[in-house]
Amino acid sequence: MRILEYFLPTKRSAATAKDRLQIVIARERAQVSAQDYLPSLQKDLIDVIRKYVTVEDGQVQLQVDHVDGCDVLEINVQLPPPRRSMARI
Amino acid sequence: MSRIIVVTSGKGGVGKTTTSAAIATGLALRGKRTAVVDFDIGLRNLDIIMGCERRVVYDFVNVIQGEARLRQALIKDKRLENLSILPASQTRDKTALTLEGVKKVLDELSADFDVIVCDSPAGIEHGAFAAMYWADEAIVVTNPEVSSVRDSDRIIGLLASKTKRAIDGDAPVREHLLLSRYDARRAKRGEMLSVADVLEILAIPLLGVIPESPAVLESSNSGTPVVLNGRSEAGEAYLEAVERLLGRDVPHRFLNGKPRGILSRLFGN
Ligand SMILES: Nc1ncnc2c1ncn2[C@@H]1O[C@H](COP(=O)(O)OP(=O)(O)OP(=O)(O)O)[C@@H](O)[C@H]1O
Ligand SMILES: [Mg+2]
Repeated sequence: MRILEYFLPTKRSAATAKDRLQIVIARERAQVSAQDYLPSLQKDLIDVIRKYVTVEDGQVQLQVDHVDGCDVLEINVQLPPPRRSMARI
Repeated sequence: MSRIIVVTSGKGGVGKTTTSAAIATGLALRGKRTAVVDFDIGLRNLDIIMGCERRVVYDFVNVIQGEARLRQALIKDKRLENLSILPASQTRDKTALTLEGVKKVLDELSADFDVIVCDSPAGIEHGAFAAMYWADEAIVVTNPEVSSVRDSDRIIGLLASKTKRAIDGDAPVREHLLLSRYDARRAKRGEMLSVADVLEILAIPLLGVIPESPAVLESSNSGTPVVLNGRSEAGEAYLEAVERLLGRDVPHRFLNGKPRGILSRLFGN
């Protein structure tokens, strides 16, 4: 009954939809472009780090996050236990 | 050289096949020699919308695998002599579409047609990729809904990075936004994303706005592309989009919906 709809408050959810879209799309665009260069950046970083310490492939993790409107590249390197690296010196 | 136009979306069920049939038929009506190709291997649908399902003998995959000639598989439309349909296979899986195989068929079609319209399957997997890879232009079909707009954004990213043109560094695939199943009244009331909202987010040129219309279901029931099915809002909106594809700068008549009288505003839908 459209005549009733005229007197009932309508839900204006389009603005919410737009806000959610803008946030999710900004994040996904950054992630998608990162997918193209992250694997080779990870490989290069591992090579550089190995000049100084012994690390396994899985101990260097890269991730792009979208924080407060900025894209942040997070690099996580898990170092070997101190004794092993001492032994190398 | 013919224009290769892919109709794509990411999300399923947003109106790609409806659009492929309507745009191809509209182009043929305007005198272009047009072929419309179904890339939805396994879920053939375009033949139903075009009304030629009983005339399918060979299909796209048969041609790629050398089991049939292209002209044996092409179905000439009964209504428009410069329109042909290449149906999808129902039995094979999508990997039957090799990029080189698709290229061979498109090259052969190019000799006889001005425009080739490629109806993409949903998703971003192999079939959708094969449909967009060789394209010169893309019609991105989007519904005014969060998940559809989000998927369209992904597709636009793929068009700009994973197509032949992108890989070769040629002129990019020309993108067109087609906003379908639009209800201008609900958008005006703030219940639905508006044309302006979607344009702001996706930021590609607007080819047209297709209203939500009962004529689309009627057309699919009878196997008549909506542009041939009498005068309907959706049919006219598609014909408008065809004019724009042909380079004519026609005004958008379906942005704000049809003007309505007070009675229909109170009692109509
Ligand atoms: N403008 C419109 N108004 C009303 N209904 C529509 C409109 N456009 C499409 N539809 C309906 O939406 C449904 C899906 O349309 P269609 O098959 O063209 O989508 P699709 O994107 O090709 O789907 P798939 O991803 O499965 O290939 C159909 O039932 C169709 O009738
Ligand atoms: Mg379809």
